[in-house]
Order: sequence, then structure tokens, then C-alpha cells
Amino acid sequence: MEGQELPYVLIDCIRGKHGVHEDYVEFLEKHFHLITMKEYLENKEFLSEKIRAIFMWYHRPVITAELLQTLPNLKIVASSGMGIDHLDLDLLSSYGVKLSNTPFVVSTDTADLGMALMLACSRRLVEGYQMAVSPDTEYFPSDWLGSEVSGMTLGIVGMGTTGYKVAQRAKAFEMKILYHNRHQRNKEEESAVGATYCKKIDDLLQQSDFVLLSVSLTPQTHKLIGKRELELMKPTATLINISRGLAVDQDALVEALQNKIIKAAGLDVTYPEPLPRDHPLLKLKNVLITPHIGGATKKTHRLMMENMVESIQASLAGLPVPNEVLL
Amino acid sequence: MWYHRPVITAELLQTLPNLKIVASSGMGIDHLDLDLLSSYGVKLSNTPFVVSTDTADLGMALMLACSRRLVEGYQMAVSPDTEYFPSDWLGSEVSGMTLGIVGMGTTGYKVAQRAKAFEMKILYHNRHQRNKEEESAVGATYCKKIDDLLQQSDFVLLSVSLTPQTHKLIGKRELELMKPTATLINISRGLAVDQDALVEALQNKIIKAAGLDVTYPEPLPRDHPLLKLKNVLITPHIGGATKKTHRLMMENMVESIQASLAGLPVPNEVL
Repeated sequence: MEGQELPYVLIDCIRGKHGVHEDYVEFLEKHFHLITMKEYLENKEFLSEKIRAIFMWYHRPVITAELLQTLPNLKIVASSGMGIDHLDLDLLSSYGVKLSNTPFVVSTDTADLGMALMLACSRRLVEGYQMAVSPDTEYFPSDWLGSEVSGMTLGIVGMGTTGYKVAQRAKAFEMKILYHNRHQRNKEEESAVGATYCKKIDDLLQQSDFVLLSVSLTPQTHKLIGKRELELMKPTATLINISRGLAVDQDALVEALQNKIIKAAGLDVTYPEPLPRDHPLLKLKNVLITPHIGGATKKTHRLMMENMVESIQASLAGLPVPNEVLL
Repeated sequence: MWYHRPVITAELLQTLPNLKIVASSGMGIDHLDLDLLSSYGVKLSNTPFVVSTDTADLGMALMLACSRRLVEGYQMAVSPDTEYFPSDWLGSEVSGMTLGIVGMGTTGYKVAQRAKAFEMKILYHNRHQRNKEEESAVGATYCKKIDDLLQQSDFVLLSVSLTPQTHKLIGKRELELMKPTATLINISRGLAVDQDALVEALQNKIIKAAGLDVTYPEPLPRDHPLLKLKNVLITPHIGGATKKTHRLMMENMVESIQASLAGLPVPNEVL
């Protein structure tokens, strides 16, 4: 609309270690008048009433009661990514502020990373690479072996959008697919990927060569995989976690890996991230850790940002908000 | 013959008058002198199919690891110097991209089956076009000219057998036809690629990256430029390196030897 300035949107920082990637700043500035936290703090009196939305990128800026108190015209917090476990939903609700996330755009690339971890663990990719490039390598031993992926049994814990995409991919590897979920999926969905429902997680754990976690983090899924679950798994099994570090009892996992209760783990997520540099998980040979890169592709970041812009614009226009998280 | 040993020479064959068959492990036969064996009336068998599934899996593993920067990511996750994970650290997507398969035999076809589930667009170049059912089962489009495949692909995956025709199949010309954002994946034989041209292409960003399970020689000399390039992921020829495949290879070889000695048709005979 003519004469109207762009909406003022609070963002933690532009560029820098927690900031939005350089390539995308221009895109955002077409739609919003971006105010960084630094700028906000320097000019609170003028800006506090102008800010109508918060663009929360990778959990920043942190939302506190103090911040909300000073932003009387804040309508919405648009949060990047799928998880909302870093937010105080009651707090937002009490201030009448809406919340949106980007639950679906990360799912394809996250499913891809789940497959990448499964393959890399089984085929010992990192070890193999290290041998291939090591200054000490004189020959490749013919008895250096990994484990197969094709034809093995995959147990998916949490068959939401991401878990289902993992199942679609795993099916092409002729894997036998079991799944455990709050609700059973319908017959068409199940047969499209050849997945069998395990009402009891124990059944899945006992039969799976790979156990892949793709749950959302809730009070029910906190430490979902603990000592008991790890002991139910096969000693030849690999745990893959692409959900949240807190879905696993990390100390129990360390013990299970050290004592060969399970064979290996591929973790895109830990608690915290990064782990302290002296953490036992960093020293275990049978652990492959990646730095929470499930959604870390240019395409996904661009889609996330487009979604967030849409959610903010809809909210400010008084329209139904795409990807709204109902509080 | 396990992993190319013992080496077969004329001297050896001369001293083994009752030798009926050489059973060679794995798919490749480029390490053997076929004329020599033939001249002594010795049969040859290999194990062409059993390695194909795990090799296809490794091809997918390399594609994913290269694109998502798995090794770099792991190194950052465990490095003593890491204090935080930067939010602008990005890889490239695999799902939805275009895969060009050069050599659509058993292994190449299994790669196509897997890639289809990642919603990849699949192009292929092969000595012969596959039939319509096979093509539509994996959604693959034939490129009679390899140039068409090279120009359109985000990933070029080599799964040819090594023959005089495929020797240095991918050279300077082919690399220059590839997109600058493309990744070369080789799960066939090191000699199917002009390795010096590859080094140059990677150094000059003619292509983006390479994932190589095979090189020439293996291992590479420790001062070889490929070992120093950041955009190269090398694995030590582990396409068929799983317990299951090794067991199957051995079972196949035993069968071939037994059939030959019993005067029966030899499974997996190389004519």
C-alpha cells in the first residue's frame, strides 16, 4: 500500500555467527524494516512501539517477559525450524502474541540426513576416509568391512512428516520398516512404504538393526530412549537421532556404547549443542556426530525464510496465519 | 582369487596342468589377462552381481556425504576448538536434484532405484538403452549423448565396467561440460576418470566436488593432490566391503569352482 512503511521486525542480528546468511538479507529487507537487537537496545523508546513481529532465527533473540512487556504492538513471533521446545508457549499466550514455525520445509533434508547418517555409520565412511587420506596408509586391507544397509530392518520412532520421508527412502533400499508413533497411520500410508506399526516400542527396539528417532520433543518424549530401551535393542544395532538431544538419555547412551550394549550411534543432535569438549561422546569410536545440520541447506533456509515472511505478513494483515502454532 | 591375488602369470599356469578354473572375487576383471587364461584353456568366473547392492548403497552414501558435508560437519562437531555451531553453515540438498548415471548395469540400476525415492530426476547414459518398463520403474531418461547428461546433472555417478572404451571416459572435455555446481561420484574404477584432469577441474572449480571410492592406484601416493583437496571425499574401495557381500562372494566362488570341476555349466562364468 502506498505511503506505508515496511513493518518493523525485530531480529537478533544480521550476519555473524547466529545471524541470517548474507545471501538472504536482501530478501528480508524487501519485506521488512529489520531492527537488530543492538539497534533496539540503543533506541528502545522510539522502536518499542513500532515493532510488530519478531523474526526468530535459530532460537534468537531469546524471548523473555521483560522483552514482551516492552513491545506493546508485537503480534507474532515467527520461529525458524520445526522445534518449539525452546519457547515458553504460556508466556507468549499470556501476552496475546501468536507463534509460527516452519515444520514441513526442514523435513525432506532432515530425512536425507537421517539416511546419510545410517549409511555413513554402517559403511564406516569417516573411518574409511581417514584411512584413504592418512599419511601412514600403505595399502587397503581386504578384510576391512562395514555392515550392509540394504535389506536390514529400520525402526522409525516418530512417524511424522520427517519420519515418513525416511520410510519412503528406506523402502528403496529394500529395508524392512517398523514404526512406533502416538497414532497409527492409515493403511494406504503404511502400505505405500511397507511399514508395520509397533504399538509397543519394545517390539520395534528388539527387531531393529537401525533405530531412528524423529519425534518432536515433548514431556512424553523426553529421554524416550534410556537405559531400558537401549538394553532392548540388538547389540548389533545403531541408534540414529535426528530429532532432539533430549529425546535420549545421553548418559545412558554413553554407557551403552562403551559397554557395547548397542553397536553405534549417529547423532545430528545432542544436549547441549555443541557438547562440552571433554564429553565422552566425542571420544567414542563408534559415534558419528554432526552439528545439527538436518535442515542446513540453502534451499531449506530460503524456504524457511519465505514461510516466516508469509506468516508474519498474514498475521499483520489480520489473516489466518500459515504454520501457526496454536497456543 | 581373492582381491586380485594370487597374481596369475604364464609361469604359474605352465606349472599347473590340471588347473580348470580361476574363480575371481568381485565384479571387475580388468586385472586379469583374459587371453592368457584362454590360451591355457582355463575357465574364469567372477561375482558380478553380489557386490552391486552394497556398491549402490555406497554410491548413495558418497552423494549424501559430499552434499551435506558430512565429514567436515563431523570434524566441526568433535574439534577441540569448536565453541558453537554457526547458523550459516550450509550444505546442498540431494532430494529433488538431477542425477546422471553413466553406466546403467546392475549397480547403476540399483542406484537409480534408490535415487528415485529421494525424488531425484534421473538421466542415464549406457551402451544400450534399457527397455521402457525398466526406465519407467525408476523414472530414468536415456541420454544417447553423454554430453546431454553431463550438462544437466547435479550429480554424475560412474558405474561403468572398465573396458578400453571406458578408459578415461571422464576427462577434461567431460568435466568442462558438467555444471560448476556438480559433484562427480565414482564407484566403478579409477581409470574410468582422467585423474589429472579431475585434479585440475577441482582446483579450478570447474566442478564443485568429487566422491571417489576408486582411484588409480589404490591407495594413492601420499603426496597426491587429491588427498589435499577440501572438496574431495575418498573412500578406500569399500563398495563391496560388507560381511554379507563377502560371504555371498565366497559362496558364489565355491559354486563356480565345484561346477567347473564336475564338468557342469559354470555359474558366473566370464566368457
